[in-house]
Amino acid sequence: MTNNRSWIPYLLILPSVAFLALLFIVPLVQTIWLAFSDNGVPSPANAQRMMADINFTRSIKNTFLLTIAVVPVQLAIALAMGTMVAKVGRGRETILWVWTIPLGISDLAAGLVWLSILQNSGYFNSLLLGLGVIGRQASWLSYQTPVALFFAIAVAEIWRGTAIVMVIIVAGLNQVPKEFREAAEIFGAGPWTRFWRITLPLIRPALQSALILRTVLAFEVFAVVYALGGRNFPVLVGEAYNWQNQNQNYGVAAAYAVLIMIISLAATLIYLKAIKVDPERLP
Amino acid sequence: MANIVIDRIRKSFGTFEALKEVSLTINDGEFVSLLGPSGCGKTTLLRIIAGLETATSGDVLIGGKSVIGLPPKERGLAMVFQNYAVFPHMTVYENVAFGLRMQKADDARVKAQVEKAAGLLHIEQYLDRYPNKLSGGQRQRVAVARALAVEPKVLLMDEPLSNLDALLRLEMRTELKTVLQSAGTTTIYVTHDQTEAMGLSDRIAVMHNGVVEQVGTPVNVYNYPATRFVGGFIGNPPMNFIKVPVTNGQVAAGSEPLTAPKDSGNEVILGLRGEAVQLAPLPLGLEMKVRVAEPMGSHLLLTGSIHDQPVRVILPSSETVRSGDVIGLKLDPNRITWLSPESGKSIPAVTA
Repeated sequence: MTNNRSWIPYLLILPSVAFLALLFIVPLVQTIWLAFSDNGVPSPANAQRMMADINFTRSIKNTFLLTIAVVPVQLAIALAMGTMVAKVGRGRETILWVWTIPLGISDLAAGLVWLSILQNSGYFNSLLLGLGVIGRQASWLSYQTPVALFFAIAVAEIWRGTAIVMVIIVAGLNQVPKEFREAAEIFGAGPWTRFWRITLPLIRPALQSALILRTVLAFEVFAVVYALGGRNFPVLVGEAYNWQNQNQNYGVAAAYAVLIMIISLAATLIYLKAIKVDPERLP
Repeated sequence: MANIVIDRIRKSFGTFEALKEVSLTINDGEFVSLLGPSGCGKTTLLRIIAGLETATSGDVLIGGKSVIGLPPKERGLAMVFQNYAVFPHMTVYENVAFGLRMQKADDARVKAQVEKAAGLLHIEQYLDRYPNKLSGGQRQRVAVARALAVEPKVLLMDEPLSNLDALLRLEMRTELKTVLQSAGTTTIYVTHDQTEAMGLSDRIAVMHNGVVEQVGTPVNVYNYPATRFVGGFIGNPPMNFIKVPVTNGQVAAGSEPLTAPKDSGNEVILGLRGEAVQLAPLPLGLEMKVRVAEPMGSHLLLTGSIHDQPVRVILPSSETVRSGDVIGLKLDPNRITWLSPESGKSIPAVTA
């Protein structure tokens, strides 16, 4: 019976495959063609123009710096949150619910929230003025204060993007039976050893997923940066946006898009290699 | 090596009292089972001894020293978990070595101890493998080897065989007994399986609703249950309980009446092990109506009633009794347990 109907599974997944092919693969191919062609003939002109652009190196540097600063902090915070909430009995669900609120906020809205805090007439300056720490409104987000601007963007990104890492880590921690930690405790492992030698190796799959997802998203950072720094802090997606909308140059915008994709793929491959998940060594 | 004194341990979870003043002394090198149905508090008690759970009140002494408040690692014990808790990301060797590594033992000692423990449990050939490549029985061996490798003063085992299939369980049971006998470690073994407890233990503590109902050797607990619960929980088939009237200090049982215990009132419960009877002709014996007779090969199992109360008795397979027969039974007065109908507790018999 089942052999005669072997086409049914294919039929059932056809809509999703067709949908993705239409709305993902076709634009992908178009984008790549757009990036590497000029007037209908293959050409490196767009890529060359992108690399010669004044903001190119800065945007790459900014994007990487931000990713390197934000992702490890997010991972550490998420691990701390996940470990702490595991100890909580009653109210655990409520705490998780509150912690995941940033997930429900769009990145632009998050950027605007932090803008209202950090702009010259924002809450942060009001607080500092009220406490008498500063004499007059300080500027945190201008091109004259690049370090403060970087910190502001990093903090906003950490606030906004840690929840998703935490959700994945908590799911991973839930997969580890408490007996593993208890056995380690019985045999003399302290809290720190239990965390490094038992918990962390056992949540490798969750760590891998969280890192890949979060890193790829970090390379695509845009709205928070745009809201807080505008063009004072160029990042890769911001440049693609500018070439597309301000300069109306779709070819260079496509070149940026392809570059972001290559970086993301490379990062994913590095994680897959670096954090190998051997199903044989999992619970 | 150490003895363990459990002194009036209480444990409440909210309003639920999991343990109600449990006291128990386990001698140096003794194997004691905590036996009881699920929810009786046996695992909670074990976890309190281990230091994984905090008692509401009471004390635990290991080797004469109070360990309440000490973390597990300072209690000198090892534990085998129900789901093995063998670390999947470490080889069998590293699993067995784990406790020694935590004690910062040098490599030579680690190697010697691991090999010794692996030899005892016959897992030498798996030392390089990861636990997921092993069967349940092999993983359990690794868990036991890991516990023995640290040469603990006290070994705690939480239903270690319950995840194995019946055949393997029997095999592991025998092997555990051999291994632990040679190790001579004080062992507390939690189980709900009475045959496991009977087969392995020096003494059994039968627990029920957060209370230790009886502590004794397997034979003692089997033959002389202190309460109705113990008699019903231990033995297969369980002990029969027949409520019988007492007239002039005697209980009618065929032509030879039994002497009722002194403190019995108008009624008493006669606790009777299924095999503590002999076939006797009527009206000499006590009358039993046989509803079903099941020849089991090694014995004959009869289900029916005495005084209209359900009973199960066991006769040698050489006897011929059929379903529907009415037979007479001679009871062995020395193997009768008298129980109070009110409290369910045993009443001492009148010794001649």
